Amino acid sequence: MTRPMRTMPTAPPKPRPADENLAAALGPEVLRSWLRDMLLIREFEVRTMQAYQNRQIGGFCHVYIGQEAVAVGCTAAVNRNDPIVTAYRDHGHALARGLEPRFAMAEMFGRIGGCAKGKGGSMHFFDVPNHMYGGHGIVGAQTPLGTGLAFATKYEDEVINGGSSSRVTLCFLGDGALNQGAFHEALNLASVLDIPVIFVVENNGYSMGTSITRGTSMGHDITTKAIGYGMESAVIEGMDVMDVYNGMKPMVDACRAASRPAFVEIRTYRFKGHSMSDPRKYRTKDEEAKFEAEDPIDKLADYMMSEHGLSEDEYKSLTKSVRTEVREAVKWAEQSPPPDLDELYTDVYVERWGPYLGTSPPPMMQERSERRP
Amino acid sequence: MANLTLVQAINLALTQEMEDDERVILLGEDVGKNGGVFRATEGLHKRFGPGRVVDTPLAESGIIGTAIGLAMGGLRPVPEIQFEGFLGPAYDQICTHAARFRTRTRGALTVPLTIRVPVGGGIHAPELHSDSPESIYAHTPGLKVVMPASPYDAKGLLVSAIRDPDPVIFFEPKRIYRAFREEVPEDEYTVPIGSARVVAEGSDITMISWGASVIQCMNAVEAASASIELIDLRTIYPIDTPTIVESVKKTGRVVIVHEAPRTCGLGAELATQIMEHCFLHLEAPIQRVTGFDTVMPYYKLELEYLPDAQRIGEAVEQVAAY
Ligand SMILES: Cc1ncc(C[n+]2csc(CCOP(=O)(O)OP(=O)(O)O)c2C)c(N)n1
Ligand SMILES: [Mg+2]
Repeated sequence: MTRPMRTMPTAPPKPRPADENLAAALGPEVLRSWLRDMLLIREFEVRTMQAYQNRQIGGFCHVYIGQEAVAVGCTAAVNRNDPIVTAYRDHGHALARGLEPRFAMAEMFGRIGGCAKGKGGSMHFFDVPNHMYGGHGIVGAQTPLGTGLAFATKYEDEVINGGSSSRVTLCFLGDGALNQGAFHEALNLASVLDIPVIFVVENNGYSMGTSITRGTSMGHDITTKAIGYGMESAVIEGMDVMDVYNGMKPMVDACRAASRPAFVEIRTYRFKGHSMSDPRKYRTKDEEAKFEAEDPIDKLADYMMSEHGLSEDEYKSLTKSVRTEVREAVKWAEQSPPPDLDELYTDVYVERWGPYLGTSPPPMMQERSERRP
Repeated sequence: MANLTLVQAINLALTQEMEDDERVILLGEDVGKNGGVFRATEGLHKRFGPGRVVDTPLAESGIIGTAIGLAMGGLRPVPEIQFEGFLGPAYDQICTHAARFRTRTRGALTVPLTIRVPVGGGIHAPELHSDSPESIYAHTPGLKVVMPASPYDAKGLLVSAIRDPDPVIFFEPKRIYRAFREEVPEDEYTVPIGSARVVAEGSDITMISWGASVIQCMNAVEAASASIELIDLRTIYPIDTPTIVESVKKTGRVVIVHEAPRTCGLGAELATQIMEHCFLHLEAPIQRVTGFDTVMPYYKLELEYLPDAQRIGEAVEQVAAY
């Protein structure tokens, strides 16, 4: 007997408005910190592009401009000790998690002061003390890592400490990663083993020059992917940080309470090219203009002005303070020396043996513990 | 004749093979409309259409597995993997399927597949975008592994690879994609797989290299006072042992230069073969100038990692003085 194919949605789902404006209830201080974080990421990326053009940054460089609300809103919806992991477009997540801009900039400049001793570059940021587990260059390869990181917190909570699972892992991925085998294996495993991980797809519509509908089946409604893995899913509007928070918070709470994985599509847009050398022939100027008019920073700033009396002057001083912070970061990075030749043979193995010189944490960690008790 | 860069020579070979043989089909991430990350397939989508130049989803295992299926079905697929580091997800398909189907079917099937992959360092990119994994594939029976170092060889070898009945990993040294131009015939010619090229004749020392390092070696040859015979391997596997043996019997001194890490790099195999065939002709221990046994470093240390004129020069002096 043949059964009729299950009907699948043919139109994109609309993001469901959140039941409550949880973000608004957090009050102006929190919202102000989000505004600052988004401004910081934007300014960092603008300076990154300049530095790349000045050949201070090598290789490939993917900036996060336009997507700031995603990293900021999502990290705000979890606790500081909830692990996060992402792909190579990682600057925003690291900064939102609290990586100081100077350590991030120095990393891209290839300097020893960088968060990975200047040996990883733009795509491979790590900030383990802040539970930021990379920065991964192979598209999709971080998704099983998300499952594993969440498995580890669950195991620690349940097996080692004899309690109940209390942490949630956020595993970010691009829409392009939906097409990788690793993604599907990761979701299946997480579902079968009840792992508390949320797969957060930052759907910016393109994987390099390939639009999602050209590269992904059911690309108009990717939450259909979650159905096959028995997961709850949500679609969230990603151009407004308050929407991101309002959509994410209930998902995070549910994931934490039930120790079940979930799938989230966040609709966003990268304002710039895929990397620094991308003529963007695959999309139209009109489309770009439409999204640029949805700038997440302007949105929150407008909200703060109308709802919380943020003045033009206060806003200016906020932008000025991030500009100073990033300028200092660039200076600091320029002054940090490149890694010694010896560094070729450090951090390959934990122990010293043969030509290998053992390992030590990045100087960043030392400096931090000096600064912060 | 046209004066072409290496990447243009590749584009020309693809164009001509597609014109000659309808069974040739290209596939990969952004190879169509965008013309590929390094623009190797520029213009081909327009010329041959989306049915023969196929933009695929981002899925290396899927791309290579599908290409293997195409090849088993009688076509001549030429998939592109954007960087050597992304061979990882496809490794399973390459090594457990493509390499073994001739054996596994005991001659009933073959996999006429050419996987094009930019390879190597020197463009300031981080690991996964500047690695040299050629010996991993040379160590996999059933695969042929090729790496041209000049535009002329790139065209001739790619044509041979596409026509070859067995799977070929076609590594393209990205550092010299556009580094220089050379006369490349528009007329049909092939460079046979498995034959090395004697770049410069010499009588004192044999220097063996491949890929972008050949350029560094050419500079070293010019700078050296000794007379160096420079061999560009061109094919990593099968190795052209006779050409090497003939040269070493003449010179008795050998320097091997490669970007890949030293341990178990192809240099180790070459040194052993030389020892097996030329033991009594050797006048000095064989020297290797290689990358280090470490993860390819980013940016500031990259040039320290790559064999350069100075390190090659020192090795030349050592074998000469021994
Ligand atoms: C396995 C693998 N294949 C290809 C690439 C090259 N590549 C880097 S980013 C990218 C597009 C990814 O798009 P998406 O996942 O949507 O992320 P976005 O760039 O939009 O943030 C590709 C093809 C890679 N890094 N890894
Ligand atoms: Mg994308």
